[in-house]
Amino acid sequence: MTESVLTFSNIATGYGNKKILEDISLDVTKGEILTLAGPNGCGKSTLLKAAARQLPLMAGEITLFGRKLDDFSQKEMAKQAALLPQSRSIPGIPVEQLVFHGRFPYLGLSRRPGREDKEKVAEAMELAGVADMRHRDLRSLSGGERQKAYLAMVIAQDTDLIYLDEPTTYLDIGKQFEILELIGRLNRQGKTIVMVLHDLAHALTYSHRMAVMEKGRLLTIDKPEELFQSGLLNDVFGVEGHWAAEEETYYFTPHQK
Amino acid sequence: MRSWHKGAFLLILLLCCLAGAICLSLFTGSSSLSLGELYHALQAGDKTDTTYRIFLYVRLPRTLAAIFAGAALAVSGAIIQAVLNNSLASPNIIGVNSGAGFCALLAASLAPTAWAAVPLAAFVGALATSLFIYALAAKTGASRITLVLAGVAVSSILSAGIDVLTILFPDDVIGATGFMVGSFAGVTMTALKPAAVLIVIGLVLALVFSYDLNVLSLGEEIAASLGMRVVAVRFLFIVIASLLAGSAVSFAGLLGFIGLIVPHICRRFAGGDNRLVIPCAALLGAVFALVCDALGKWVFAPFELPVGIILALLGGPFFLFLLLKGGRGKIYD
Repeated sequence: MTESVLTFSNIATGYGNKKILEDISLDVTKGEILTLAGPNGCGKSTLLKAAARQLPLMAGEITLFGRKLDDFSQKEMAKQAALLPQSRSIPGIPVEQLVFHGRFPYLGLSRRPGREDKEKVAEAMELAGVADMRHRDLRSLSGGERQKAYLAMVIAQDTDLIYLDEPTTYLDIGKQFEILELIGRLNRQGKTIVMVLHDLAHALTYSHRMAVMEKGRLLTIDKPEELFQSGLLNDVFGVEGHWAAEEETYYFTPHQK
Repeated sequence: MRSWHKGAFLLILLLCCLAGAICLSLFTGSSSLSLGELYHALQAGDKTDTTYRIFLYVRLPRTLAAIFAGAALAVSGAIIQAVLNNSLASPNIIGVNSGAGFCALLAASLAPTAWAAVPLAAFVGALATSLFIYALAAKTGASRITLVLAGVAVSSILSAGIDVLTILFPDDVIGATGFMVGSFAGVTMTALKPAAVLIVIGLVLALVFSYDLNVLSLGEEIAASLGMRVVAVRFLFIVIASLLAGSAVSFAGLLGFIGLIVPHICRRFAGGDNRLVIPCAALLGAVFALVCDALGKWVFAPFELPVGIILALLGGPFFLFLLLKGGRGKIYD
């Protein structure tokens, strides 16, 4: 039943001569939310960049829907997988225009959007909950609203795969949940999601599977409950994990010596 | 769409300003020339008539020079600022103008008669300098201020080169003082024509690709994820910006600050959409150059200040203001 959409086979990659990731093999299953977790600098974002073909591989191979990544043209790639990185600029344009940028891979040379593009943009804004602020300047929005606007752009890109690099960072807790719920809705509509999350409790709650990384290597990949049971998270992050059965929620405290 | 109305309004307003500025430029100068006189002279078509000659060989080339140089430098500045995401950058500040000037003078000294040699050489000089500065920014991850300082260093090296040329070829480098400061006085149609052709090409390309500039402005990673071949597109924009700045420098000399001030004003009113910023910058750049040139004719009349001095007097404080505003100097947050 499980169909893998994205496969890493023994890849190594990094910046310049500096190797960040070493010998990573990983299968992403169609329709899942896979979260990458690990201490700072372990190479989670690098793995996303490699998946988006924005870093050259030093070894190994990545396949997307069974095809080697290098065989895709830039535009074909953009129709299969969308990356929302952490670093981005915020131009002074209305939300609607930003969302229209999600249609860039589908535009012809005139760069004029057609009817389908307009429909997809309207749908995306509706789904992300930014339809009522479509005319507002991106710079006038709060962090959470901006993040939703960027997610609307990614939705408009209409890809089966979405890579999100720390989509909840810098947001207050209420907004974090809004974004995570939105990601859940996208997933239920059939999108496969690979994301980096810092908050372990959120990762355990919202993911189907979690990949734990440390120092450029993949330690394990497992379902949240089993991963939590194994105690590996406690070792890697140096914390103590707890399950509050009544509230059905995970929480973490400092490691007790 | 509201933004569409705003854009149309801005462009029409700027077109009106341009018409006014053209009249101002054509009808001010050391000898008086009224619309009536001009009409009669043109009607008569007497090529020996003084009014006719002043208009055709002095006023008209000067006005056209201001229009083309102003538009070219402003659009070049808008592109450079967007590509580097650096509000302190502009063709003169990162040394692109000096590169263009050095190669233009070199071509003027070595091949003074070849058609379009000077503007093409200026283009090559501008391109080499901007690629060098860009590579510096990309390789070292240099901060926005560092880039400006690197521009200062590159400019002074190239200025030294220009000085050497003026000493080695004193006869060929006619009006080198005007060239160093930047001036529209004495620009001939012969010098203007090839450069104007290149500028028109550059402006059309800038307009055609303005949507891609918007996508590039979202940041390298997002642009690539949206299917843009970022390296190629960025190179294309650097070529366009160099073509524009180089061509302008080839006949107007080392004009500063139009490429810094005008894009700022345009973004202030037109927002972040380059489809509007680029045409606004072209129009406002032309208006700005025309008005500053007229100002130079007028302030110490009957003495004339080259437009470059007026621009430096306005641009220097503006640049300081940008530096002191303490912003991170990004045009996108």
